[in-house]
Amino acid sequence: MREWIRKSLSRRNLLSAGALTAAGAGLLTLARTQPIAAQPHAGHGTQAAASGSDAKSHAHGNMMSGGAVDNHKNGFDPTKILTDWETGTVSQLPDGRVLRTYEVTGEDKEIEIIPGVFFPAWTYNGRVPGPTLRATEGERLRVVFHNNGSHPHTMHFHGIHSARMDGIPGAGMVNPGDEFVYEFDALPFGCHLYHCHALPLKRHIHKGMYGAFIIDPDPARHPEQAAVANSRLLGTPENKEWQEFVMVMNAFDTDFDNENEVYAVNTVGHHFTKHPIQIARGKPVRVYLVNVTEFDPINSFHLHGNFFDYYDHGTTLTPTLKTVDTVVQCQGQRGILEFTFKDHETGLYMFHAHQSEFAELGWMGMFDVVEATS
Amino acid sequence: MNESLRPPVAAETLRPRASRTTNLLWFAVPLLALILASVWLVTSDWLKAFDNGAPPVEKITFERVVLDNDGIHLQVRAGGSAELSIGQVLVDDAYWSFKQEPAGALSPLSSAWLHVPYPWVLGEKHEVKVLTRTGVVFKHPIEVAVPTPQAQIGHLGPQALLGIFVGIVPVVIGMLFYPALRGVGRNGLNFVLALTVGLLAFLLVDTLKEAVEFGRKSAESFQGIPMVAIVALGAFLLLFAIGRRHGTPTGIALATYIALGIGLHNFGEGLAIGAAFTAGVAGLGVFLVLGFTLHNVTEGIGIVAPLVDNRPSLPTFLGLALLAGAPAIIGIWIGSLTYAPHWAALALAIGAGAILQVIVEVGSYLKRRAAPGETWFTPSILAGLTLGIAVMYVTAVFVKV
Repeated sequence: MREWIRKSLSRRNLLSAGALTAAGAGLLTLARTQPIAAQPHAGHGTQAAASGSDAKSHAHGNMMSGGAVDNHKNGFDPTKILTDWETGTVSQLPDGRVLRTYEVTGEDKEIEIIPGVFFPAWTYNGRVPGPTLRATEGERLRVVFHNNGSHPHTMHFHGIHSARMDGIPGAGMVNPGDEFVYEFDALPFGCHLYHCHALPLKRHIHKGMYGAFIIDPDPARHPEQAAVANSRLLGTPENKEWQEFVMVMNAFDTDFDNENEVYAVNTVGHHFTKHPIQIARGKPVRVYLVNVTEFDPINSFHLHGNFFDYYDHGTTLTPTLKTVDTVVQCQGQRGILEFTFKDHETGLYMFHAHQSEFAELGWMGMFDVVEATS
Repeated sequence: MNESLRPPVAAETLRPRASRTTNLLWFAVPLLALILASVWLVTSDWLKAFDNGAPPVEKITFERVVLDNDGIHLQVRAGGSAELSIGQVLVDDAYWSFKQEPAGALSPLSSAWLHVPYPWVLGEKHEVKVLTRTGVVFKHPIEVAVPTPQAQIGHLGPQALLGIFVGIVPVVIGMLFYPALRGVGRNGLNFVLALTVGLLAFLLVDTLKEAVEFGRKSAESFQGIPMVAIVALGAFLLLFAIGRRHGTPTGIALATYIALGIGLHNFGEGLAIGAAFTAGVAGLGVFLVLGFTLHNVTEGIGIVAPLVDNRPSLPTFLGLALLAGAPAIIGIWIGSLTYAPHWAALALAIGAGAILQVIVEVGSYLKRRAAPGETWFTPSILAGLTLGIAVMYVTAVFVKV
């Protein structure tokens, strides 16, 4: 008899049934009267109590994870990560060059990646993504990596360096409790990344061991484009005219079946939907976009109501793609987006992966364009 | 029993029987020992030596799903080794806001409702996923989304009519063979009684199969299959004991037990038909209802077979028909609302026990009817048994289309 029920429920049977007209009418009523959709957070109950008054997420209705992540307990806030540049400590080498030293510690840590769901992460400096290391083209970099984690780890930089400094098994692998100093020149300028290259690679990356690595161009080396280079160089007056954000597109496979449950920018799913990124209308925006999503071959970034110039890998001072509103990045690919809302109305402008699947699983957010940022 | 719990060297012949109070005190000793052992285990916490860092086992069973104008509502039951908390709910791989009632972590065996305001699409498939705190995913497919019928007075009438058609009508039609049965002679009646045993054997297998299927779908803590086995056996023993209070049942008493067993089976059949309502009325065609009717006619013959030597009154016949057929109506009513699988497994297990009791009683009645010194396992009985099973099997084809 069970078989009979299963069979009798085939779609064809259902759709051919005249009796369903009534039910269909009922659904139309649903579409018209569904009260909850109009007030996205009214129905959240206990979950909503924690999420607070978030009138910003109207656009997503109920297609939204309920509740709020405890940033304090996590030890990092995805919004703060946007503009948190780790510039290390600076000293001078005998030959007059700048030596920039970073201290990074590997540690195991349980992090909340979407409200109520926890992930046993491996981290750099207790945060995912790890610190955004920022340097200037041509400097000497020294990265002191101390491994407090439970597994051997490395720091493998995307940049120009010797084989000895590659951060792979056999060259810069650090056992738990040990330390290694990676040393190389900051080359080439651009938007790069670093990640753990211990094996198995997939697991070490998707557990959370990655971060952005940004090398600003040295204007002296690019006299013909000094203005552009200056605007990219952190701390210059030209650079201060920009609003710069680092966005690391990542994802988490919470049940370890090689498929991600949560997609995000800077780790916490839906964070920027619930906490839109405030930008001043008059100032141009530069996004350092890095894709470290595991398991899915590509990820993407799509901007609503606007277009941007794209610098693939950030290694050029002229755009590699002009006037696009969507860009695709393969695993490990990254680039710089530049756009402005100067001629726009103020308001909420969405951005998200244009793989709808990723967007619905957490990778979406909002720019809140205002006259002047607070 | 008492003797074994007494202090050592307690030989009845050597020592006088202890007083009632002393005996009660001796009962307290093992209980006290158990309490002491538990307290020591909890307070000393030496089990932590076994803690290998493994996360607790989590288990979620989806017991009921209701689709209505407010969205999707799911009743979930927690299982596993520790309490679990539900982090997020996804529908078709998208996070959705949801409300949990009651809120908070779920201890093992407790249940909660998840209300998800999801705009489901009529006639299409959806999949609900629940993500726990530790990131474990539990999936539940909604094969075909149709609004869940609410308990409505307006529906009861047509459902009752359907129940009458698949439950009572065929039984009454089968009973109409009664006058014919009175003229079939001894061998003929043996044949009909054996036919009854055959059809009951089929129903036993069918009922047990369904009970086990529901048992598998219930929360793990309910131990579906052992539960079904124990309840079926318990129902059998209970009915057997009741039936034999005044010796082996014959005549009207035997017919009543047969009707009861068949009634419980028809209750299960009603549940299944009602569940079809829950999922979509359209599946229920004329052919299918006719199939059920045909399938159940044999049951009517089985009920009246032991009555050939009596002359029961019309109300007796009517009562038997109601006992065997009416549970189908109640089954459809209950089945059309949503119900947790363990309740269905319980009801069907009781039905299986009742059917087993009737098989035993009709069998022993057949055995008693044999002349002394003669084998009871005659060709007509063998033929009846085989045909009974065969007819049920073949007519069941019509309801499995």
